[in-house]
Order: sequence, then C-alpha cells, then structure tokens
Amino acid sequence: MTGFFGALAEAWDELRVHKLRVLLALIGVAVAVCAITTITAAGDMLRQVSAEANERWSGRPATLSVSAYPTGQEIPGVEEYVAAYEDITARYEVEYSSMVMWSETTFRFPGGTMPTQTNAVSADWATMHRFVVDGGRWFTESDADNLSPALVVNQAFLDALGQRIEDHPTITIGGENPVEATVIGSYANTWPGEPPAAYMLVESKLRWSTPESLMNTGPPSLELWVPTDTVDALTDAVRRDLSGAIAGAQVDVSRMDSPDMNMIDGATKWVILGVSAVALLLGGLGLVNIALVTVRYRIREIGIRRSFGASSGRVFFSVLMESVVATVVAGVVGVSLAIVILHNVPLDTMMGSPVQDRPGFPVSAAVTGMVAAVSVGALAGLIPALVAVRVKVIDAIRY
Amino acid sequence: MTGDIDWLGLNGSGGPPSSVLDDPPDALTTPDEEEGTGPGAAAGAPPAVVELVDVTRSFPGPPVVDALTSVNLRIDPGDYVSIIGPSGSGKSTLLNLLGLLDRPTSGDYLLDGVATGRASESVRSALRGGRIGFVFQSFHLLPHRTVLDNVLLATLYSGVPRGERQERARAALDRVHLSHRVDFTPTTLSGGERQRVAVARAVVAGPHLLLADEPTGNLDSTNSVEIMELFDELHADGLTLVVITHDPAVSARAQRRVRIADGRLTELDR
Repeated sequence: MTGFFGALAEAWDELRVHKLRVLLALIGVAVAVCAITTITAAGDMLRQVSAEANERWSGRPATLSVSAYPTGQEIPGVEEYVAAYEDITARYEVEYSSMVMWSETTFRFPGGTMPTQTNAVSADWATMHRFVVDGGRWFTESDADNLSPALVVNQAFLDALGQRIEDHPTITIGGENPVEATVIGSYANTWPGEPPAAYMLVESKLRWSTPESLMNTGPPSLELWVPTDTVDALTDAVRRDLSGAIAGAQVDVSRMDSPDMNMIDGATKWVILGVSAVALLLGGLGLVNIALVTVRYRIREIGIRRSFGASSGRVFFSVLMESVVATVVAGVVGVSLAIVILHNVPLDTMMGSPVQDRPGFPVSAAVTGMVAAVSVGALAGLIPALVAVRVKVIDAIRY
Repeated sequence: MTGDIDWLGLNGSGGPPSSVLDDPPDALTTPDEEEGTGPGAAAGAPPAVVELVDVTRSFPGPPVVDALTSVNLRIDPGDYVSIIGPSGSGKSTLLNLLGLLDRPTSGDYLLDGVATGRASESVRSALRGGRIGFVFQSFHLLPHRTVLDNVLLATLYSGVPRGERQERARAALDRVHLSHRVDFTPTTLSGGERQRVAVARAVVAGPHLLLADEPTGNLDSTNSVEIMELFDELHADGLTLVVITHDPAVSARAQRRVRIADGRLTELDR
C-alpha cells in the first residue's frame, strides 16, 4: 500500500515538474472527455428539441385524438358532440383535454376582409402541445366568459392588423353575426410567409358562430392527454362509449404522438458513442506518442532511480501512474470545460427552438468520460512503462 | 555493523532502513547461514561489507570478452579502497557488479554477507536502495528538481520512513555544507557543489557502502580536493568507501589501493 501511494505521489510530483509535457499530453484527452460529455449533452438536447418539436405538432405522450364522423343522413348537432366529449373527459378523469375545431373565420382587417384559418381549442391545449406565446398571454378558463371573444394570433395576423400586441388590438369578426374580438396574445410565425392565423376558445366559437356556419366547419374533435400505460385500454373504452353516445357515427380514436421516437434515441446514442470513442482514441494515441518520447528523454533519470533502489516494478508502476494521473487531471479539465460550454452555449436555440424542459447535465456521460480517460491513460501508459522497465541501468548512467 | 553508524548525526535514524534489514531469511540468505561456513566466515566477526568470491564476468561475443577473471576481493566495514586502472581494464564492470547493477557470470558477490549473485531482482533492488550509495563522475542529478528533491530521491526506495525523509535530506546537505542551496536547481550550482549534492544523496539513506565512480573526473583541482576531503571525513566517521579512478592522486587518498588490469585485481599496499 505504501508503495502504491509512494508511486502515486511520485507520479504527481513528476507531472508537477514537467508541466509543459503534461499540458501537451493532456490536451488531446481533455478535449476527448470534453467532447464525450458535450456531445452526449448535445445529443440529449437534440432529442429534447426534436421531442418538443414533435410534441408541439402531435401533443405530448400520450395524446389521443378522438373524432366521430357522421355516416348517415342525420347529422348530429355540435351540442351532441360537446356533451359526449365532456362526458368522456369526466368519466375517465382526464386532467388535460381539448376540443379542436378547425375553421375559416372572416376577420375585417384594415386592408379588407380576409378569411383566416382559426383553430378553436380549450385552454389546456397549450400545455398539451407545449405551445408558448411570445407576446401577451394564452387563454385562461375565464376568457370563455368574455363577451368579446379572445384571440391568440400569429405575427402575420398582427402585421395585417398593423398593430402590436402591447396596443391591446381588437378586430371585428365579420359574417352574419359580427362581433368585436380582442387579441390577448401573439406567437411567432411557424414558417416564413405564413398567412394570418388565430386561436380562439371553443366556447367563444360556439357562442358566436351561427349553427349553419358550424355545420360547414365539420364536427369538432377531441384531444386527450393520458398516461402512456393506459393508452390501449382508454382507446377501446372511448371508442365504445362514443359510438354509443353519437349514433351512426364512425368513431376514430388514435394516438397522435410518435412512440417510435425511442428508436431514433437509440440510434443517436450509438452515433454519439462512436464519435466519442474515436475522439478518445485519438487523444490516447497522442498521449502514447508524448509518453514514449518522454520516456526516451528520461532514460538517464530512470537509470538513476534504479541505481538508488527503484525496482523494475516500481518504475513500471510509476510511469504507468504518471499517465493515469495525467488523464485523471485531463478528465477533470474536460468535464469542467464541458460544464462551462453547456452553461454558456444555448444548444437548444442553435438546434431550432428553446426547449421548455431543459435536459440535466449528463452526469453519466461525465463519469463515462472519466472512466474512459483513466482506461486510455492506463493503456497509453503501458507501452512507455514497458519501455522504462527495459532500460538498461548500466547504459543509462554510463556517461 | 556499519549500519549502526550515524552518518548524518541523526540519533536512531542512521544505518540502513529496517525494511531492508528485516527482509525474511529466505529472501536474503547467506552461504554462512545455509552451510555454516563461507569464504569470509569467522566466528563472531562481522561479515565483510563486500566479498567477491571467484567472480568472473564475461560478455558474449564473438569474440567473448572476459572483463573480470576469477576476482576475489574482501572489503571490511570502515575500509577506504581505491580501485585504479587504465581504460578498458574492467573498472566499470567491477563497479557495476559491486553496485548490483550487473550479475557475475560465475562466482558470487556477498554484500554484508548476503549472497547476491542469484538473488531475485527485487532483493537486489532493496539491497541497492538500502545499503549502497552511488557517486557518479557526471553527478547524475535531476536538472529540473531542487537540490533537496534530488537528495530526497535516494530516500524513496530505501525504506526511510516518510516522516524522516526531509530531516535526513537536510542533515545530509548540511553534512556536505550545502544547507544554503536546498532550493536551488543543480544547473545553478558549480561542479563541486553538484558533486557534493551527489554525495549527500549517496549518504542520505545511511548506506553501508559508498561507491564512487571517477568522482573527481569532471572537477577542477580545487573542487577535487574538497570532494576528497569530504570522503576522508565520511571515512573517518566509519563509512566504507570504494573509489574507482584512474587518477593516482585520488587513489593515494585511500587506505587500500587495488590495481585492476586485464580483469584481474592486485592489492598494491595495505
């Protein structure tokens, strides 16, 4: 044990004395460990960005889409749908749910009346789809009571209106039953050149639309955010219940989000692991190179140590430990560097859009990086250690 | 035994470290212990520090070179021996054998009565660290280490307890009058000072035998005299010295002079 700590202290001392050499040796390994940690974190972030982008469109896992299309001559009224949907939501105690009605609404913009894509949803919809506004606010339940329908509109809508969200703009919804709507929130255009679009609450839509226009809109659908493990049972139950509630309708219940995301996760992980392994290998090769040159340079010193009683085992272990201690230091530097990078570089923004649930620091990647660094250090130290042991003391101290 | 002599004036810490002396008998057996008699065995007398028994060292050829031929040499505790000879006479081979850096082709070398010829490498390393101190012609100090660190190096492998190392190293430097240079690096010292550091390093672990290989070879006459006076002092304190040299003036300082020529030793005077 004393020999072990002696060799460890000796290795540390050696590294302390040869700072430049150590620095050169460390760069490759530190960069590799930093790369492993950062790439893993970037991979985590990429998965999160991708997952959240997916969830904005398809809802969070697991989101069920429920629809019932009339198949007979008799078309059920919207109120029948609303009652059936409310019944299902209450019966299965679904915490987050939203009715969805896509329609075109006629808005009277300063430049003229324009039919605009409008999505009528519940207040829960934003949570279910990770939807965020960049100005004003999203709907609350109490907005349903407003006499003036509340709107959340895109930037193109505001531009067409010629106002900013801070001005609390209003706009008249035209048609047979005109009403003054209030814009309470805005969001960025989803793609360049997107035409004006708006969200409003289902309750407002039902209150201000005439039955005829509602018939043209088509029946509303329902989205349910449910626990993943209950999806199959709920799908069957909701289909059965809705078929009973709305006679003659073709009921479709399907999962909106993509459970196959995990397969992409697995592939990404392997790619990241491969890239990191190559990076570490390159760092290790650099280390072997420098360590070999160093041992050649230190042959006399090794000879002197041997002549003062250092056994070949001790010399082997010391040289090996120098490499291991160096890579441990390199690993710590690499992980620290990764922490600094991850703290200061907005990976999510660079990859697309800011995420709501930021992945934590990849501790497992840091630990993996450290273990890999130490292993590479031991492997890289092995060859120089063998060379050191083979040093002929007599030749080393001859002149 | 010479190990009981306190070279550095540190009571109780002189002599070889216990870890070396306490090696189990099967690791450090002597012919005396094995067979009851040995070349140098004498009832009640301490064993010779160095005892070469019919030692031959040949280097494979072609042609085969016999660097040492049937060499017998006994050096008792406290002896000051110089080995003098021209280049190619076998001086370096003899030094390597005495320093346990090489093994005899035949015959045996007993260090403090311990047979070393066929001892394991770990036993030989332990003996080298605990009982032998080297002084080289080219000093062989580590250039990036301080004087103190250089001296401490010899304590790392000799079993000197960690807590005693600093004290012993400083005492050794004080012994060679270099207390004021402990934090200097060797490159900033004069040749004489460097060799004194080397001497301090050689004696810090309390060796039984000091082997000096051309210790004044790289020094001017003034520094040579200083080093030789230092050796005289160490000898006066009871240390066993073997100085290998081709310089008759250096050789003349020794109590015993041995000539080596063509791999054979001749005692010049006693």
